[in-house]
Amino acid sequence: MTFTRRDFIKNMALKSAAVAAATMFPGISFSGWNPADLSADSIVWSKTPCRFCGTGCGLLVGVSGEKAVAVKGDPNSSVNKGLCCVKGYHSIQILYGKDRFVTAYVRKDGNLVPTPIQEALDLVAARMKSSIEKNGKNSVAIYGSGQWSIPDGYTASKFFKGCIGTNNVEANARLCMASAVTGCLTTFGLDEPMGCYEDIDNADVFVTWGNNMAEMHPVLFSRMLANKKSKTHVQIIDLTTRFTRSSQAADKSILFNPQSDLAIANAICYEIIKNNEVNQEFISSHVSFHKGKTNIGYGTEDHFAFSDTAESVDFEAYKTFLKDYTPEAAEKISGVPAADIKYLASLYGDPDKKVTSFWTMGMNQHTRGTWINNLVYNIHLLTGKICEPGNSPFSLTGQPSACGTVREVGTMTHKLPHGVVTEEADRKMAAKIWDVPESNIDPKPTYHTVEMFRALDRGEITFMWIQVTNPMVTMPNLRRYRDGAKKEGRFIVVSEIYPTPTSDVADVILPSALWVEREGFFGNSERRTQHNAQLVPKPGEAMCNTWQLIQVARRMGFEKQFPWTQETYIEDIWNEYIRFHDSPKHRMAPYKLLKERSGVQWPFVDGKETRWRYNGKYDPACGSNTFDFYGKPDHRAWIWLRPYEPAAESPDKEYPFWLNTGRVLEHWHTGSMTRRIPILHKAVPESYVEIHPEDAKLLGVVNESKVNIISKRGSVVMKACINGRGNPPRGMVFVPFFDENYLINEVTLDAFCPISKQPDYKKCAVRLEKA
Amino acid sequence: MPIFSFLAFPKTDMKDRLIADLSAMAYCEIKPSGNKDVLILLTDTPDEEANKNLIDAIKALNSLQSLSMAFGHTD
Repeated sequence: MTFTRRDFIKNMALKSAAVAAATMFPGISFSGWNPADLSADSIVWSKTPCRFCGTGCGLLVGVSGEKAVAVKGDPNSSVNKGLCCVKGYHSIQILYGKDRFVTAYVRKDGNLVPTPIQEALDLVAARMKSSIEKNGKNSVAIYGSGQWSIPDGYTASKFFKGCIGTNNVEANARLCMASAVTGCLTTFGLDEPMGCYEDIDNADVFVTWGNNMAEMHPVLFSRMLANKKSKTHVQIIDLTTRFTRSSQAADKSILFNPQSDLAIANAICYEIIKNNEVNQEFISSHVSFHKGKTNIGYGTEDHFAFSDTAESVDFEAYKTFLKDYTPEAAEKISGVPAADIKYLASLYGDPDKKVTSFWTMGMNQHTRGTWINNLVYNIHLLTGKICEPGNSPFSLTGQPSACGTVREVGTMTHKLPHGVVTEEADRKMAAKIWDVPESNIDPKPTYHTVEMFRALDRGEITFMWIQVTNPMVTMPNLRRYRDGAKKEGRFIVVSEIYPTPTSDVADVILPSALWVEREGFFGNSERRTQHNAQLVPKPGEAMCNTWQLIQVARRMGFEKQFPWTQETYIEDIWNEYIRFHDSPKHRMAPYKLLKERSGVQWPFVDGKETRWRYNGKYDPACGSNTFDFYGKPDHRAWIWLRPYEPAAESPDKEYPFWLNTGRVLEHWHTGSMTRRIPILHKAVPESYVEIHPEDAKLLGVVNESKVNIISKRGSVVMKACINGRGNPPRGMVFVPFFDENYLINEVTLDAFCPISKQPDYKKCAVRLEKA
Repeated sequence: MPIFSFLAFPKTDMKDRLIADLSAMAYCEIKPSGNKDVLILLTDTPDEEANKNLIDAIKALNSLQSLSMAFGHTD
């Protein structure tokens, strides 16, 4: 029997409708037809993590011959239990866009010319060498992403930090979750959430902090709704600066002024203390209090430097600090009625309610991102609602391996796979495992992402290799960095799958193998590592990013450090990498087990996954059966005194609107993949600017009228969307950034959190003109 | 070549009529439920224009109460 891709799609269509019908009418039957009969003998199903967001849904990809033809949710994955979102269901189509790069390109006389990949790799190695010889090792840089598979990031770190000896290694995760990292490190001493997705099934109350999960993490949101549906008392409270689809589904939606979450979080703590709802036993045994610097700046100037200090204080000092944050005082800053703040405090303070807080970009893309992470942890620590099922402060990630590759491998300038470059013991460990002289590893961090692109503009960096990311769409204050990349004397290598504005500025384009065209690992938001096998052939001369790096490293003389064969290099890299984490605090699962299972959580100790860290009931790294925040020298979690400070740029007379940017359900990040999936593209074919109806009326615009959005840095003209899926309050506009035809980041500001160095894409000042 | 699937709900007591109406239309395949007032409708049209015309024609059926899309694909 011949079974075409089209037959398969039709079968999927019928099955989808049958599933929908069965959901609405349990027990439904179809005369003479059983949906289970639609199986196709020629399809081979294999597990893989989804390619898109940080939820880490398990998928089953169906392959017929040499082509991926279908996707379904993996019922064995505890993450999504067989469910997918609209992007996941259509994900295999990202493999088959008509304009895939299947050969390398080299810029000659201004034009990108098809070139054999081995010749292109020779050129990349030669230009790296010449840049180092001429301008020093810190003139070369690599910029990757949370879409890097773990072996990609690990190889990049080993090559650049261990072999070349530069800490010019950064990833776009700096733009999306660096504040979550520094929030974890400053409060707990170790990175990544202590809880897991089982918290969703156990919580009584969910508070989402600036987090539109219905669109950004739809599978997790559906798990929240399922919990709510099964238990009548479960509540979802949506704290937001803009009314979204998540707001629609919440029990209560509370709108707050941008940046004022700092005041709200402090006011919640004030109220908890005032109402004697502090968990005194937990506080006295497991928490210490600390104060950092204030008025810490915004990083908008080149060479901005900041280093925080931690001064120990006591609970009394903390209470005194909070006196500035009565609910009434916080109301003046936030616009949130004091009664609502008291209500939030009552939910967190109720000892009979388990509370999970979720956040992503709203808190992380924030010029005080580290602080607001600290402050939400404060609430959970004050009440002792942490590290147990349902009681969980939980930072979600936006990319499939922001945790696995960037946070765990440490593909940021200051990091190593274990620890930081500034620590001698960590450098020694890395040098030993990497088989390089310890002196190779520079003890001084170089550039974080924004400063790295500034260095490229200034000419300190002359060679940059960009893999799996699209900074010429995503960098804030974009025009400066695009112009910088195009300056004479810069050499840009881009490893990509499709043409993007970033490949437009490339001197060399290396065609990358994508997702199930190569073997790899992703690590999701709940410390779950997931392996994917190569399921389909690579197109043309496309090459795995890891192998590209190995090829160039070997050309530069580092054969000894990269000795692996093409047959086993991913397994060999995994076995080398996990030596960095060989302790009960972070032990990773072995390769064989990861190949078998739909993901394994770390720490993986004595054959068991650790669901909740820092709680001796669940975490073998704790010395006893109680809480142990072993990441800190005092074995306590730190409550931080962090004040409200205003945004870097706020609306004024000339620029009277806040500009907020973000995503939509159908498109992922810059849309370079999802815009090539016809049904997703058709669903949201172009970006738009959401405007409040009264602001639109004053401006004289209606739906689809063209509006010019102007900031001090640039402008973009796009269509208005009034009463769409999201509704900003008066004085704010919202723009999804997925559409490269409307480069909203030419308008945004490159201010960042001085601790995490993560830019704030949620707040800058603009004016609107009818175009 | 768009492929869509829908749940088609008939007006009260018009399930048989809806089955007959849809069965008579080009590009349509149906799977009626044996025990509920709903049927699965699969459309497989040659192009977007034909798809639009078909959907418009289906929506105009007097026997149809509502149509709920379950799956969509366009090449």
